[in-house]
Amino acid sequence: MIALSPFTIAKRYLMSLQRNFVVYRKVWLTNALPNIMLPFFLFVSFGLGLNFLVGKFFYHGIEVSYVHYIAPAMISINVVFNAFFESTYSSYVRMDRQKTFDAMMATPLTMTEIMTGEILWGATKALIATAIMQAVISLFGLIQYPEGFLILPLAFLGGIAFSAFGLFFTGTLPTFEMVNLPVCLIVCPMCAVSGTFFPLQHMAPWLQWIAEALPLTHLVKITRAFSFGVMDAELWWSGAYLLVFCAIFFPLAVYVMRRRIMK
Amino acid sequence: MQYIVEARGLTKTFGDIRAVDGISFHILPGECFGMLGPNGAGKTSTIRMSYGFSPMTAGSLRIFGHEVNGNWRDIKSRIGVCPQDNNLDPDLTVAENLELYAHYFEIPKEEARRRTKRLLEFISLEHRRDAKVTELSGGLMRRLVITRALINNPELLILDEPTTGLDPQSRHQVWERLEELRFRGLSTLLTTHYMDEASRLCDRLVIMDYGKILVEGKPADLIKTYVGRDVIEVAAPSRELQDFVVAQHMEHENLSHRLVIYTHEGEKNFREISTRFSNVGCTLRMASLEDVFLKLTGRGLRE
Ligand SMILES: Nc1ncnc2c1ncn2[C@@H]1O[C@H](COP(=O)(O)OP(=O)(O)OP(=O)(O)O)[C@@H](O)[C@H]1O
Ligand SMILES: [Mg+2]
Repeated sequence: MIALSPFTIAKRYLMSLQRNFVVYRKVWLTNALPNIMLPFFLFVSFGLGLNFLVGKFFYHGIEVSYVHYIAPAMISINVVFNAFFESTYSSYVRMDRQKTFDAMMATPLTMTEIMTGEILWGATKALIATAIMQAVISLFGLIQYPEGFLILPLAFLGGIAFSAFGLFFTGTLPTFEMVNLPVCLIVCPMCAVSGTFFPLQHMAPWLQWIAEALPLTHLVKITRAFSFGVMDAELWWSGAYLLVFCAIFFPLAVYVMRRRIMK
Repeated sequence: MQYIVEARGLTKTFGDIRAVDGISFHILPGECFGMLGPNGAGKTSTIRMSYGFSPMTAGSLRIFGHEVNGNWRDIKSRIGVCPQDNNLDPDLTVAENLELYAHYFEIPKEEARRRTKRLLEFISLEHRRDAKVTELSGGLMRRLVITRALINNPELLILDEPTTGLDPQSRHQVWERLEELRFRGLSTLLTTHYMDEASRLCDRLVIMDYGKILVEGKPADLIKTYVGRDVIEVAAPSRELQDFVVAQHMEHENLSHRLVIYTHEGEKNFREISTRFSNVGCTLRMASLEDVFLKLTGRGLRE
């Protein structure tokens, strides 16, 4: 038995990430663009379009324009789309049609390692997408630096959360078509009410309560703080929420995927 | 003697279905062990348990002399698996498939490249190394899956219907390769629906049905014990012949349009039958494993 370095062990958890990256690299542009386009056009149409109608208002004590307000939210929605779609639609195809995980299970890899790689890959896609989108938005001067750089590691954390969340559905939904259900019933409404397009404090209390329970609300709060460069203590709560969300859905996703594949 | 695989009371249930019903078997070092059985007999379920893909419902399994108890990493690193369904990576080329698989086994890059080259030559696929696997014919894909199972230089090769879908040329080539590997001492667990393949490759085999093992033995011994030496087949047998066979206490199967007679004195019986009754559609041949299989598992369709 050879002694194992932490590096060797870590590598095993990245195998499926690596596999997906090798495939992604082949046609990276067609792989990277589609999921970024929707959040980007939302940003352009709502942000630039409504900017003149809405005028300036105050957010956490600083005066912002509407485009300024929704830019960080679009970055967060971009994270959700890239991570969630990867670990639902794409992972479902790998699981069901391509039998990628079956093939990997005939090697020394364990289900936990394979699924960890899948989740981290969703997070990596979210990170890449964030970097591209953030670069474009920064050209409009809408992100404060150096605080803005913190958006990247945050996008990765958010990516893990939504990738694990998506993989949970991949492991539980009986057919591929049913993946549309969590997308339409959970992800899309969530993107609308998480303090993304409008501030929550003017909304009905019940809506505020719902919003506070959604992970995107917290991702948006922190992203906005980082891009405006205004931090407050409340952010720790949002950060803790995201960590707890990961701590629940990461093992849960691995569990349901194992139960589903290793029959 | 240490067994490569030793299964005791191995059981797998899916809800009410007892896919594998308490079977026991062992595989000796260097042996090619066959597992035959009609569709749904439980072969694939057995195989999936023996490389840790599918948790066993009951029973015990020792592989390479170690009781398996959740720690599959070391065991799996010494096994090569060719599953029943092709699960090549459709997004990658032929060579990339092998190299990526080598990577899963933590084989260093240089070595992976060397092995890929050598294996593609071994199975005569080097001219297609840069083809996408989706462009390959079904037979080529199958050969690539078999090849992929060898990337880690396994001590145990598990092949679930390796030659299904291959043309006669490729099948013979695969057989030669497998014989070469056995000659080098590789232990193999093989399932197949081709009886000629099992007769040729397997040192020992079991015939399964409904999750249970019916018989176990060397192909030639099984034929001798369960069928005899020769088989006479008569197409459209007359009433008189059918009565004659019964009167003579000849072991036979009456399939209404076809009479199959199992015997140890083929030539004598054949001469008698073909002269006394009809010599059209009457043939004498050596008994084969297929006769054993059909005799033991019946002729009814499964699944
Ligand atoms: N995942 C599963 N869920 C439910 N039942 C299953 C599952 N896998 C196999 N079975 C059932 O278990 C039984 C044995 O199946 P198995 O695939 O082991 O047969 P087999 O001998 O490999 O057949 P074949 O020759 O057709 O490949 C069958 O009745 C099958 O329907
Ligand atoms: Mg099978």
